[in-house]
Amino acid sequence: MSFVTRGFSGRARERDPRLPPGQTLVQDWPVLSAGPTPRIDTAEWEFVIRDETGADHRWSWDELLALGVEDITADIHCVTHWSKLEMPWRGVSVDKLFENVESQYDYVMAHSYGGYTTNVPLEDLLDGRAWIAIEADGEPLDPEHGGPARLLVPHLYFWKSAKWVRGLVMMPDDDPGFWEQNGYHLRGDPWKEERYW
Amino acid sequence: MSADPLTRPDTARRRPAWHVATVAELAPETPTAARLVLDVPTWPGNDAGAHLDVRLTAPDGYQATRSYSIASSGETSRVVLAVDEVPDGEVSPFLVRELRPGDQLELHGPLGAFFVWQPSRDDRPVQLIAGGSGVVPLYAMAASHAAAADPAPFRLLYSVRTPRHVFFADELAALVGPAFDLDLAYTREAPDGRQGDIGRITKDTLAARTIPAARRPQVFVCGPTGFVEAVASWLRALGHAAADIRTERFGGT
Ligand SMILES: Cc1cc2nc3c(=O)[nH]c(=O)nc-3n(C[C@H](O)[C@H](O)[C@H](O)COP(=O)(O)OP(=O)(O)OC[C@H]3O[C@@H](n4cnc5c(N)ncnc54)[C@H](O)[C@@H]3O)c2cc1C
Repeated sequence: MSFVTRGFSGRARERDPRLPPGQTLVQDWPVLSAGPTPRIDTAEWEFVIRDETGADHRWSWDELLALGVEDITADIHCVTHWSKLEMPWRGVSVDKLFENVESQYDYVMAHSYGGYTTNVPLEDLLDGRAWIAIEADGEPLDPEHGGPARLLVPHLYFWKSAKWVRGLVMMPDDDPGFWEQNGYHLRGDPWKEERYW
Repeated sequence: MSADPLTRPDTARRRPAWHVATVAELAPETPTAARLVLDVPTWPGNDAGAHLDVRLTAPDGYQATRSYSIASSGETSRVVLAVDEVPDGEVSPFLVRELRPGDQLELHGPLGAFFVWQPSRDDRPVQLIAGGSGVVPLYAMAASHAAAADPAPFRLLYSVRTPRHVFFADELAALVGPAFDLDLAYTREAPDGRQGDIGRITKDTLAARTIPAARRPQVFVCGPTGFVEAVASWLRALGHAAADIRTERFGGT
């Protein structure tokens, strides 16, 4: 139903084919959060995966790093219409965390320090497509941007890359998390513009 | 993992959709901002504090989309926005200076079910804290609170450059009464005789001029990202629980 806005020409541009529909390229890094920024000391940080038996698989900060930190280059797309391309990240592949976790469940609820949650299908987190990220742009991840560690799922809108992540809980169904209950799409594929429901 | 402390407002959600708006009125709001009154016949109404996306399309199909908070609320097809011009911005200078009455715009909304206030019928106090154009959704909350004659005590602390940069100045002044306090904090220039008070909001300002944590207010903070970051962390230091603080970051630094 789109129509031309009278008088609008926009900034000079060449549309980058790596930008999904409705996204604008930014150089800075905007912050989107629903509340104050939690500050978590890595000495107290802990990461937990809970499977359907209720068993917890735990990692301290050092245990996480010991799994192996990789370099990642990713394009990130925020639901609020900005994207950053070719962003350098470092983090631990979620595949590594699931090496010894057995689960029949297909969905995951990511939990964060501060109480936020977001739901993700397990398959979106595996096969080299998701990380527990600890560095961005060559620096330790700033608390504003989710540090000390955030989930990084660059092929989905960026709210799925839960800031301040502290655990994953396996679920039988795709129950909505905090952001999804507040109107964001259950899956959030930027190429399909799955922003809101 | 413990229960999720963040609950969503119990509201029948209005599903976001695309709408065509016609510009009904345009007026300067401050020396750098404009008020846009839009006619949106299909608008489903919105909670106070919600926002929408404005999408502009150039003749070659290029599109730019930005979010704007809604100054109006409730069941109405008149949607009010207030847009501050960001120098060298792509969208805000167009909205503030190029738009004319009768022009049509594409909107997507209403958006945001968390940074909203609804009349509650309980008397839990509400503290609003705004920086610059960040007052837009908070003005909507204060106006909705007055319209509903809600008993909750409201207080707004509003950081602004000069008296001429106050958004909704007359409307806010008219809301002041037993259930609504307005504190203006000027960063560059104060009204005559108050030059001593000039400066950015600090933790001490918050301690002196907001509802104390002991009264467990629900706090809404909105403005440029740096402002919101600073205020929210001071609120935590002053003893407010994280779950009591809701934020909206407009961007910039
Ligand atoms: C939920 C939400 C609600 C918003 N509500 C309002 C509102 O009610 N009124 C309003 O005026 N704005 C509001 N904004 C900001 C608005 O969406 C745009 O970011 C702003 O109008 C600038 O857009 P632009 O295209 O002119 O600038 P751009 O071309 O996007 O940016 C130009 C430069 O300005 C910087 N910049 C971007 N946004 C800001 C900002 N807000 N302050 C300072 N610098 C900035 C950018 O980093 C960039 O360097 C809101 C933002 C969000 C996320």
